[in-house]
Amino acid sequence: MKDGVNGVALTVFIVFFLAVTVMGFMASKWRRAENANNLDEWGLGGRSFGTWVTWFLLGGDLYTAYTFVAVPAAIYAGGAAGFFAVPYTILCYPLVFTFLPRLWSVSHKHGYVTSSDFVRGRFGSKGLSLALALTGILATMPYIALQLVGIQAVLDVMGVGGGENTNWFVKDLPLLIAFGVLAAYTYSSGLRAPALIAFVKDTLIYIVIIVAIVYIPIKLGGFDDIFAKAGHAFAAENPATGKPRGSLVTAPQAQWAYATLALGSAMALFLYPHSVTAVLSSRSRNVIRRNTTILPLYSLMLGLLAMLGFMAIAAGVKVKNGQLAIPQLFEDMFPDWFTGVAFAAIGIGALVPAAIMSIAAANLFTRNIYKDFLKPDASPEHEAKVSKLASLLVKVGALVFVLTMDKTVAINFQLLGGIWILQTVPALVGGLFTRWCHRWALLAGWAVGMTYGTWRAYDTPSATQDHFGNTNLIPLIGEKGYIGLTAFVLNVIVVIVATFVLKALKAPDGADQTKPSDYTADAGDPGVRTDLPPATVGAPGGH
Amino acid sequence: MSEPPAQPPGSSTGPAVSLPLVVAGVCLALPFAAMLWVDSYSRLTPAFIGIPFFYWYQMLWVVVSTLLTVTAYVIVRRHERRRTRAHEGGESR
Repeated sequence: MKDGVNGVALTVFIVFFLAVTVMGFMASKWRRAENANNLDEWGLGGRSFGTWVTWFLLGGDLYTAYTFVAVPAAIYAGGAAGFFAVPYTILCYPLVFTFLPRLWSVSHKHGYVTSSDFVRGRFGSKGLSLALALTGILATMPYIALQLVGIQAVLDVMGVGGGENTNWFVKDLPLLIAFGVLAAYTYSSGLRAPALIAFVKDTLIYIVIIVAIVYIPIKLGGFDDIFAKAGHAFAAENPATGKPRGSLVTAPQAQWAYATLALGSAMALFLYPHSVTAVLSSRSRNVIRRNTTILPLYSLMLGLLAMLGFMAIAAGVKVKNGQLAIPQLFEDMFPDWFTGVAFAAIGIGALVPAAIMSIAAANLFTRNIYKDFLKPDASPEHEAKVSKLASLLVKVGALVFVLTMDKTVAINFQLLGGIWILQTVPALVGGLFTRWCHRWALLAGWAVGMTYGTWRAYDTPSATQDHFGNTNLIPLIGEKGYIGLTAFVLNVIVVIVATFVLKALKAPDGADQTKPSDYTADAGDPGVRTDLPPATVGAPGGH
Repeated sequence: MSEPPAQPPGSSTGPAVSLPLVVAGVCLALPFAAMLWVDSYSRLTPAFIGIPFFYWYQMLWVVVSTLLTVTAYVIVRRHERRRTRAHEGGESR
């Protein structure tokens, strides 16, 4: 790390940050409806986004700053195993193609704002919907915290954020400012703010990655040299474990882990509350389908980005904290002004998902906890107000998380979050296709999956600590695999067995609000609420 | 979970699942077969501009799976349009 503050990089970073802040506040006027005081407007951007806006929004949402720091960091640390992010993002789009259009249709027909709204309507069970809402909020909070970790990494390398011995207030001041600004424009503009800022974020990210993937290999003597050096580094023995540091391809005994991590993560990705929020904000069923054909551009970028992990090794970047490997590589390789651009990309890349995640968690709280259990007669205006306040609370919570606890706590919880979200698949995705499962059986399956997954993850040592690993032996198969997926299989078994039992006992089945044709309804069909708030004519964005 | 989108019972005129929809389902299922069979690509050679096989092959599959999804999209769209016409005798919007 260079000593002192990198002035040029910092200036460029601040200029971009200011520009984005102005955009965030102006976003409230973008495609504004006449009556903006409801959750459809604040929390779903008026449900009016076309293909391109949705593309930027989802891309900005799913490929977060943490992703950009963590994926190459995983490669830097251990090689091939970290590359599972690529098959993971390949597999999620065929899945999305099959189930999310159905969720869009039924949500528009019935005015659902969250996935838990759907579960309540489908199974007539507030308990089940509460369980899923809590799972979503719990999984989202550490994710927001990790976005802050991403910003912190960048600030550290730039030399602001202070050294070890500055006092905590000076050290955390830049982070506090960034977060205060984020909270303010999310509060005033809702989902429109991250949607607009996502354009800047993604443009910057694409530019930085394309430059990095061309410029750095030229400086390092081509990919042949890079991989030769990386292979050499991975083969060296780790003195602590006596095993090699990593490998360039997955070892035969690691293939199950690689495949199950890819599959399990792919199944979970689009059930995160922030993904659902972005999907429901789109204008029509086909916007989602079309997006599954253009979103893989981000996966390609992610693959290229992973290559940066090898470059960091070849360039001789030495960092104690793997998360700093890529920011450090940028600072070592790029001229100062472009380092500023790259850091701005990561920093803004953290703001967009943090905003969407806090909105999604706030929507869950408002609809499935506040309205269902505390104040059933809340008006739409009241709902929007509660959601805005909740979004502030969620962010403050994440901030406290990052400032008071060790970074590894956030990372551990994010790992658990993936396992937890996977346990909502039977009720959510299952519910989109069949009403056969009994609501109590789904609740039982969820509880078993959550308990098993959390317990196994806690019991598994990871590469750096005694707990919170993500792969362990799969019972009966005897290979190491992703704990979340094992828990999911267990969950499904419980759901099936318990459904048979409950049906035999004639346990009361909840009322189903939906009918089969709701799941294929499209914009323009009678009863589909696309015209909720008329968006301003002549707004940007295609279809 | 990768079978073609199920049709609502009682609303279709033809057979429940037609051949094009099966093709769409296969298009969506192929990436799973390719990506979950890790052993088929877990090797270093042949390298492409110095990048080991393991990496460029998976990145190539990003493109291949995208083309497959586009195919599925076109098939499903066509199927839906035909069904809408068959039901209402005209465009609904």
